[in-house]
Amino acid sequence: MGCVRGMWMRNLWAFIPGLTVVAAILAVWTLAVIPMNAHLAADMAARGDIVVTPKAPADRKALSGVTLAAKNPAIMAMTYTLERPRLPSPHQVAGELYKTVFATAPTSRRSLVHHAWVTLSATLLGFAIGTTLGILLAVGIVYNRTMDKSVMPWAITSQTIPILALAPMVIVMLGSIGIQGLLPKSIISAYLSFFPVVVGMVKGLRSPDGMQLDLLRTYSANNSQGFWKLRLPASMPYLFTSLKIGISAALVGAIVGELPTGARAGFGARMLVGDQYGQPLVTWAALFGAAITAALLVGILSLIERQTLRRMGMEAAV
Amino acid sequence: MTDATIVAAGLDLTFQTNDGPVHALKDVSLDINKGDFVSFIGPSGCGKTTFLRCIAGLETPTAGTLSVNGMTPDEARRARAYGYVFQAAGLYPWRTIGGNIRLPLEIMGFSKSEQAERTARVLELVDLAGFEKKYPWQLSGGMQQRASIARALAFDADILLMDEPFGALDEIVRDHLNEQLLQLWARTEKTIAFVTHSIPEAVYLSTKIVVMSPRPGRITDVIESPLPRDRPLDIRDTPEFIEIAHRVRDGLRAGHVDA
Repeated sequence: MGCVRGMWMRNLWAFIPGLTVVAAILAVWTLAVIPMNAHLAADMAARGDIVVTPKAPADRKALSGVTLAAKNPAIMAMTYTLERPRLPSPHQVAGELYKTVFATAPTSRRSLVHHAWVTLSATLLGFAIGTTLGILLAVGIVYNRTMDKSVMPWAITSQTIPILALAPMVIVMLGSIGIQGLLPKSIISAYLSFFPVVVGMVKGLRSPDGMQLDLLRTYSANNSQGFWKLRLPASMPYLFTSLKIGISAALVGAIVGELPTGARAGFGARMLVGDQYGQPLVTWAALFGAAITAALLVGILSLIERQTLRRMGMEAAV
Repeated sequence: MTDATIVAAGLDLTFQTNDGPVHALKDVSLDINKGDFVSFIGPSGCGKTTFLRCIAGLETPTAGTLSVNGMTPDEARRARAYGYVFQAAGLYPWRTIGGNIRLPLEIMGFSKSEQAERTARVLELVDLAGFEKKYPWQLSGGMQQRASIARALAFDADILLMDEPFGALDEIVRDHLNEQLLQLWARTEKTIAFVTHSIPEAVYLSTKIVVMSPRPGRITDVIESPLPRDRPLDIRDTPEFIEIAHRVRDGLRAGHVDA
């Protein structure tokens, strides 16, 4: 019993640093709500026959949020409950998330689950394309001298082009030849996620040292035996690190792919809608939805990583 | 010398490096007979490892002739003439000990049943029976090196090339492994070429000791050991042993003086 409780305590202690950071962020956020929304709250209060100092809207505009809130303690509470705040409070965002995730049928167009799935499907398809492409390129780079000299500079160059500039071009170009919906977004996802996979896999496939390669030479092993028996298994830890970076990049790609086309569904579309129709809560909920989705995806990959490496007897290396 | 397994005549090997050419081997001539235990000893840079790698076909001499079992080193390698044991065990961490020993057998296309049979046999030979399903990190350094010897024995090559296999181990483990290696050699009748830094190790193990010196790498002395083949560890306190050790040391020193 004592032992079990001891373990619980230790596990709890392990969370303390992380929780402290989260608490600090929430505290700063909560405090920032007051000055950020002070002007909106003051305007509303003035309309509702509450006396606000200074009286003239123009005079209020000249003041900073902090000063305005300090002169009118009465409006402080209001800054947390505005329907269209400049900065929503944490509990408003949490409420919106709860409403759109749990209190709305997933089939409804207002459900964030529905929008999450739209983005997620594009993300996963793009991630699959990007990972496959990345691994194939890495194999080419490791085994082919010409590719070794030529591919990497292009891969690096590809990542220096701002995706925000490229995404609309891809969408419009593919749209003009009749390809719409999932695939264009997935291609942008793949474009962002192949790169970490190439870099990681090249390093991973090259990780066996000279002695291990010599050992295979003494067996007169051919290239394909060297690949399947040595290089590929040796690259697994590198692959998983790359996949974790790649999948978050793929999610960003899918969201960016939703922005320029006036897409009607997906996290990107929700962010845009919230922005255009003055519904910050919608934007913020979509933002947090995307962050939570990314965390879940990376978490799932970490789990698979641990399982795989344990099965491969490499847990000591993790 | 009709039963010479490895014959080197006038071997030269020059590496081209950024600092200019390095003369790794110069005019190395040596016969290794079937069933010999030959040690190569000398300071670093004397070419002892390079010579071993030439026999294995991992390096190609720039001049001279080298034959292994009457073939070129490349042909001999393809004919599975030798097993190579490196300085580090180099076991694949993702394979069990058994899996590591099966690695050459898989590559060489042995059947599953033969793989199992051979793995069991060589594990027995290096005293690791029962460790087949363990992973390398679960074994001590000495046990890992024994597993790597088993891996080199698995496909029944006549020749065992060993490049400082016990260099990274402490002296107690090393003594133990030396004793085991001699027993293994007696039982399997392999021809062994063994690179080492240690004079006692070389004298204790070998029927023939090749003393080498650096810049350029060359042979300065070849000592045929008068010690009997059956050697308990305490043979190292006999006058014969000490005398041979003395001669090896002299050879090493001479190589240094004119270097």
